Amino acid sequence: MTISVKPQQTGEPLFYLADEHPHPEGWSTSLGFWIYLMSDCLVFAILFATYGVLGANYAAGPAPKDLFDLNLVAINTSMLLLSSITYGFAMLTMQQGRVGATQAWLAITGLFGLAFIGIELTEFAHMIHEGATPQRSAFLSSFFTLVGTHGLHVSFGLVWLVTLMTQVWRFGLIEANQRRLMCLSMFWHFLDVVWIGVFTFVYLMGMLR
Amino acid sequence: MSSPDLIKLIFGRLTLESLPLHEPIVVGTFAVVATGGLALFGALTYFRLWGYLWREWFTTVDHKRIGIMYMILGIVMLLRGFADAIMMRAQQAIAFGGSEGYLNAHHYDQIFTAHGVIMIFFVAMPLVTGLMNYVVPLQIGARDVSFPFLNNFSFWMTVGGAVLVMASLFIGEFARTGWLAYPPLSNIGYSPDVGVDYYIWGLQVAGVGTTLSGINLICTIVKLRAPGMTMMRMPVFTWTSLCTNVLIVASFPVLTVVLALLSLDRYVGTNFFTNDFGGSPMMYVNLIWIWGHPEVYILVLPAFGIFSEVTSTFSGKRLFGYTSMVYATVVITILSYLVWLHHFFTMGSGASVNSFFGITTMIISIPTGAKMFNWLFTMYRGRIRFELPMMWTLAFMFTFVIGGMTGVLLAVPPADFVLHNSLFLIAHFHNVIIGGVVFGAFAGIVYWFPKAFGFRLDPFWGRVSFWCWVTGFFFAFMPLYVLGLMGVTRRLRVFDDPSLQIWFIVAGFGAALIFVGIMAMLVQFAVSILRREQLRDVTGDPWNARTLEWATSSPPPDYNFAFTPVVHDNDAWWDMKRRGYQRPLTGFKPIHMPSNTGTGIILAGLATAMAFGLIWYMWWLAAVSFIALLVVAIGHTFNYHRDFDIPADQIVRTEDARTNLLAGAK
Amino acid sequence: MSRLKTLALLPLAVTLSGCNFVVLAPAGDIAAQQRDLVIISTVLMLLIVVPVMVLTAVFAWRYRQSNSSARYEPEWDHSTKLELVIWSAPLLIIVCLGALTWMGTHLLDPYRSLGRIAAERPMDKARAPLEVDVVALDWKWLFIYPDHGIATVNELAAPVDRPINFRITASTVMNSFYIPALAGQIYAMPGMETKLHAVVNHAGTYKGFSANYSGAGFSGMHFAFHGLDDKNFDDWIARAKSAGGSLDRVEYLQLEKPSQNEPVRRYGSIDTDLYRAILNMCVEAGKMCMSEMMAIDAKGGLGHEGLNNTLPLAYDKYARRGTALGPEPAFVAGTCTLEAPQGQTTAAIKAPTDTAPLAGAGLKRPAFAPLRSSDSLFLGQRPKSDS
Repeated sequence: MTISVKPQQTGEPLFYLADEHPHPEGWSTSLGFWIYLMSDCLVFAILFATYGVLGANYAAGPAPKDLFDLNLVAINTSMLLLSSITYGFAMLTMQQGRVGATQAWLAITGLFGLAFIGIELTEFAHMIHEGATPQRSAFLSSFFTLVGTHGLHVSFGLVWLVTLMTQVWRFGLIEANQRRLMCLSMFWHFLDVVWIGVFTFVYLMGMLR
Repeated sequence: MSSPDLIKLIFGRLTLESLPLHEPIVVGTFAVVATGGLALFGALTYFRLWGYLWREWFTTVDHKRIGIMYMILGIVMLLRGFADAIMMRAQQAIAFGGSEGYLNAHHYDQIFTAHGVIMIFFVAMPLVTGLMNYVVPLQIGARDVSFPFLNNFSFWMTVGGAVLVMASLFIGEFARTGWLAYPPLSNIGYSPDVGVDYYIWGLQVAGVGTTLSGINLICTIVKLRAPGMTMMRMPVFTWTSLCTNVLIVASFPVLTVVLALLSLDRYVGTNFFTNDFGGSPMMYVNLIWIWGHPEVYILVLPAFGIFSEVTSTFSGKRLFGYTSMVYATVVITILSYLVWLHHFFTMGSGASVNSFFGITTMIISIPTGAKMFNWLFTMYRGRIRFELPMMWTLAFMFTFVIGGMTGVLLAVPPADFVLHNSLFLIAHFHNVIIGGVVFGAFAGIVYWFPKAFGFRLDPFWGRVSFWCWVTGFFFAFMPLYVLGLMGVTRRLRVFDDPSLQIWFIVAGFGAALIFVGIMAMLVQFAVSILRREQLRDVTGDPWNARTLEWATSSPPPDYNFAFTPVVHDNDAWWDMKRRGYQRPLTGFKPIHMPSNTGTGIILAGLATAMAFGLIWYMWWLAAVSFIALLVVAIGHTFNYHRDFDIPADQIVRTEDARTNLLAGAK
Repeated sequence: MSRLKTLALLPLAVTLSGCNFVVLAPAGDIAAQQRDLVIISTVLMLLIVVPVMVLTAVFAWRYRQSNSSARYEPEWDHSTKLELVIWSAPLLIIVCLGALTWMGTHLLDPYRSLGRIAAERPMDKARAPLEVDVVALDWKWLFIYPDHGIATVNELAAPVDRPINFRITASTVMNSFYIPALAGQIYAMPGMETKLHAVVNHAGTYKGFSANYSGAGFSGMHFAFHGLDDKNFDDWIARAKSAGGSLDRVEYLQLEKPSQNEPVRRYGSIDTDLYRAILNMCVEAGKMCMSEMMAIDAKGGLGHEGLNNTLPLAYDKYARRGTALGPEPAFVAGTCTLEAPQGQTTAAIKAPTDTAPLAGAGLKRPAFAPLRSSDSLFLGQRPKSDS
């Protein structure tokens, strides 16, 4: 930003910029997206708190250790963690400007994400089939809502990922698309962090209870 | 498929019986609204204004126009919310000695719920958001907000919520639960009708708008300040707006979640807030107040900012204690999260918990008191001009200390045990919300109106409105304090004790005075528009004010400032005037601006349709709207060309016109 | 203190002597102490509110534009001394008020048993407190006297100067149990128990009601509270006894159905287990009690077997509809036919009955004496050497 001084009386301070200095496109985007993520984080915080309050109200029904299959959840966790790594690679290749490689890594990320959702849905279907529905107890209500909200976020991330891949394919790695990929990257890693919380507090601690 | 099934599939649970055709009051209201609506529609069509409205207003991304639309929404909804208030006052004034009054429980319980919801969400919030939207970018020397499209979308989401709440008047019914809809009463078992669903979805749709607008304004204030405007040089209104928006972003998600959990309980039968199966209604009360208490400060902080600007301007003096004012605001922001339990000391939380929350609540009164003193000492050794904004500010200072005092009183848990849920509490919060937020919004409207439209508001009708409001307020709410001390609780529809009646009649008289005040305000708008040539201000600075928004023309051009201002002092414009700033007349460059878009209103319309489908169990409508919502949103991201340049010659024309005006005024 | 109180009340008393300011002139010791707190806090705050209002008026008038003789200093915007004052003045008031709040909240905790009958009147150990179980129904109040084996609807009575221990719950939605003349209110919540300890000092009939909106019949949900001397109270009990009628589970299920503006009803005998069943939401046959459910949950639930122990809900207070997308309403079936274990209740908070060493709102101030190390001004710590 250059400031050229309009001729004024000496000693007069400068009261305006003679040159237009538009803020670059996306000047506020990453801050705005961060703030959005923090508000989303609060959504999860409340859901965690709800689970913390209601998580032991089984209503004489099943408890976590009767329902959770830790092996399955461990595989699921690794799917999401791997997808975060592959997204990292996508960002690296994006910075090198390699469109094909970026698209490939994004596609792999999407597949991992799909696997995660698939496994989660299997787990849910199994529980509901057994009769452990969200309506059975406050524990199950808060469990399904917390994990399901995370799952919905991942599904939304997948829709977004496909949209972005289309846009990269159509318009290339232009600056706007790079910024969008950056935002999705933050979103994706954020979901990863939330999942680590879910895995620890819901699944691992649940098995110990 | 048989035809009843088909009808059920299409209309869900909406039947002809859902229309309140048997309620004469509602039918009458509908007739009036429909006639007025048709007349408006006809006039707009006749004068061929639809295209203009669509291009210049509905699709606008200009923060100034969006701000004005928020204000219009707030004032329109004020009429609805106030109609509810008058009906309640009338019912309570006559329902004595065996009389049932003129409202049955079904109707009355909806009215007090709707009154609370509308006044908080669709009057106070739009007024406050509108003022922030209009003023903040101008005060910080920016061309627009950070995300102009999002701003438009936020506004239309707020409108969508308001439309849903208004629709409940004529299609179905509104909640009969009180404005915070505590379960188990609001759960499906005890409120099986659409009322609570209208409540939930109205707030959810509007809540999305509010959260996004909060994010938007935080970014605007953090990223788009003019060069030289450090954080500690920001005008106080901008500071309070920043804190308010931080509060919005950090509290509205809680509301979103708690309402989502309630809707899960109501729609799929989960057990978050049920009595059975391990649910906990107390958790709802806690969560909703974790949002609800910061909400109070969301409303009142910008009002504090307005009073700061007004006091300083009309005292012709720097604001006393700017730094302590800023710190007081920040302290209030933080503390507002540590007090929520004072809304339900009577839940039996135990003495230590209750005292903790009682004492944190009292601590908030320290920075608030400091602010009060700061305004006081701003007036000290000033030259006070008693224009309307200053009159509202003085009225605020007198009424708000009373509200603050009764508030601290209610924060003492044993005192709360005898006053909780009583009319004393009602008097208290109307005392702070009317005395603080509403007077603040009115001060802001009168103060910034000449900036937005280029002419002042008529002072005579303004004074009429002012005196009616202020005396009406005291007549309406002082009796409620008295009734609270007589042990009268809130939300009662009929009374036994005839000795109470006189107080309700006095309160009703006060409400009538406020009604005259509102009418006088509408007359004031009309008269001012008619007399706009006499009230015209061409200088752009009719009050001899201090902050940057007064440096540009009134109304400001689309681009706000032809050149980005540079700030050297707290009161930037005062500083410029003092040091002989000359308005630049040449050297204009093209200015980059965002383009208008209809996507915001379309998305909000789809969200509203989806909510309507969910309320009435029209699953097809909800599904179709949701898919359309996704498609439109994704489609919007394929548009990469969202801005344009205002060519330099157009700016030259605009600025030359102003130069001529200024020369003519001299 | 009491002079202060009279002074504060004087203007009100003069202008409004015809009105019944029950909150300011209650008939029970607890409410009287709460009233004292209201007045002391108000006076404390007036110390700062009045000067602010006066200064506002004075400054607004003195520095009006037309008064050119007043000093005008447009650039004056800071004074460290003034800033110190404007922050510390409210701070000092809040420190006082905070101390008062802490002590008052603990002394007047509704869960705390009474420490005295009235100002200057210690507890009478010979008179055991009267136990009353309160149930908020839609839209009426049920009072059960477990020691007397009677129950009433929408009428409550208690002997003067005898402590009353209320245990409070609700059948469906949240209400608030409030008799302004007796003591502050406390919520009545389904499946939960709150407590209130109070005493009435003057005979008379007072109003009681729900202070938390609970639905269509809320306005009519009030009752008379009679403060009676011992003989009249015994008569009142006898009258209820002679009313006949028995409040058992079947009768209760009839009673709890929503109804508005209910007249007074009396039951001469009760199912002694009824209140426990109401509190645990298991009056209906076959429904699992909350206490049992909580005990099972504390041991980790019932595992997969627990998935099959729900039954469709055939009965509810309302014509209950299921949710649009969820399954039919159900309830958890009880597993033990025997008496379910009593759920844990909140630990009782015992007040010292000898109030001499305590200083707090409304309590007698001790004669000045150097504090011994074992003394505490706050809760429950009685010096060992008291006589």
